[in-house]
Amino acid sequence: MELILSTVINGLSLGGIYAMIALGYTMVYGIAKMLNFAHGDIIMVGGYVIYVFMAFHNPLLAILMAVVFCVILGVVIEKVAYKPLRGASPLAVLITAIGISYLLQSLAQIIFGSANKMVTVYDFGSVTFLGATVQVSALVTLGVTVIVMAALTLFVKYTRIGRAMIAVSEDKGAAQLMGINVDGIITVTFAIGSALAALAGLFYLLKAPSISSTLGAMPGIKAFTAAVIGGIGSIPGAMLGGLLLGIVECISYKITVIAPYTDAIEFSILIIILLVRPTGFLGKKRREKV
Amino acid sequence: MAEPILRTQSLGISFGGLKAAQDVNITIEKNQIYGLIGPNGAGKTTIFNLLTGVYKPTTGTFFLDGEEICGLSQEKINHKGIARTFQNIRLFNNMSVIRNVMVGLHGQSEYKCSIWDSFFRLPRHFKSEREMRERAKELLRIFDLEEERNGLACNLPYGKQRKLEIARALATGPKLLLLDEPAAGMNPHETEDLQKTIRFIRDEFDMTILLIEHDMKFVADLCDKITVLNFGTVLAEGDTKETLRHPEVVRAYIGG
Repeated sequence: MELILSTVINGLSLGGIYAMIALGYTMVYGIAKMLNFAHGDIIMVGGYVIYVFMAFHNPLLAILMAVVFCVILGVVIEKVAYKPLRGASPLAVLITAIGISYLLQSLAQIIFGSANKMVTVYDFGSVTFLGATVQVSALVTLGVTVIVMAALTLFVKYTRIGRAMIAVSEDKGAAQLMGINVDGIITVTFAIGSALAALAGLFYLLKAPSISSTLGAMPGIKAFTAAVIGGIGSIPGAMLGGLLLGIVECISYKITVIAPYTDAIEFSILIIILLVRPTGFLGKKRREKV
Repeated sequence: MAEPILRTQSLGISFGGLKAAQDVNITIEKNQIYGLIGPNGAGKTTIFNLLTGVYKPTTGTFFLDGEEICGLSQEKINHKGIARTFQNIRLFNNMSVIRNVMVGLHGQSEYKCSIWDSFFRLPRHFKSEREMRERAKELLRIFDLEEERNGLACNLPYGKQRKLEIARALATGPKLLLLDEPAAGMNPHETEDLQKTIRFIRDEFDMTILLIEHDMKFVADLCDKITVLNFGTVLAEGDTKETLRHPEVVRAYIGG
């Protein structure tokens, strides 16, 4: 019982991180129709910014700086690398995104070296709850993700800019002709995605206080998997996919026999979903009209 | 005499060697309902795309209310006051009817609130949201769509989708409304209804309307003036009834 409870809480917390990153993938895909494979590395950049600003021993300052820096970075990357390719073949954009990903990783390695850096943002300790011992940081992560997701859902649903985002994702051309500044909306999307990635970076550091230039690589791929499982382009889909993947990962780690194969299991789920339901759980069904 | 709402000056565009539109001069006075007709492939929709900034003209320019707006981006042209509908309906299908109209209101300054207002849910955010919702409802009422406002746009019957597209375009607060084949696919009853609606829009919104249509009876009944295009050039223009009887026009339509 205790084991189940702690596994579920850890799973939800990890899933929350995946969901946050997946939201960045899915929103950018929905609106700019591109896969931003550099998204995962924004997490790593966020982590390093926290590491640098933790020199001042003020976690809140470090977190704030990480979010601000990542937002600026995300927007600059979009303007410099992706915007000139608007209208180019999706493959060109994809390759550019992978290039940016390597660029960020290499820059981090040049600046901070290849050895892992240790950084403790804040030690929340742990609590015992119904006999199960859980890290408080996992609960904090879970709580923050829930708040962020609720806020984002409300933002997209009930604000002028959120509505414009949906309009752009439905029909970019028509949205533009209805007076929506599509470039502006894409910028906002990248800004939101990068802010979420910065928070994800923070949560990774809370989970394990070590950072390297490849910190973002695996979470990036996992979150992308989550986004596809949930249905890429769908915001609730990204949340669902992220939570699902997090729970599967934590359960799998607890079962000794299959623990070494955890990653394989997660990606197998992706393959199965792609075979059975290629649009993901909540993705739009495209029925060809004859 | 007052400045015409729209004046195009030798407007033209080539795609490679193909001159899709050439030396097109159209002048539309305020409150006119103006028809743009011509056989298939004559360049009618091309003209719409030029006027809304989808294409940049290779020659010529155009003025809206005396201001040269040629070369601006699509959303800027919309803000200046040209809105359109599409030949094949392009609604935001998975959004509710009322939100489609609210997207149309997006660019209007009186409803603007900054991202920070929304983010922190300041009173300004709620005020602007409420006003937009009210305005959208008013527009839907005019088009008899108020009942369906919370349903998805894609679930509306065809005729109503066309109406919703017009409502959405009007929501952007245009001076000139471009309608691309508004009567396409409508039955005679719906067409008659649409004629009334278009006249109503002109009177109620003090609007000027430029429309493309294939239904000659519709055009003859509704339009004050027309321009006939053929192979991208102006074949004839002027008073609707006279122009439709013009021998060149008859030949272009019937052939021979």
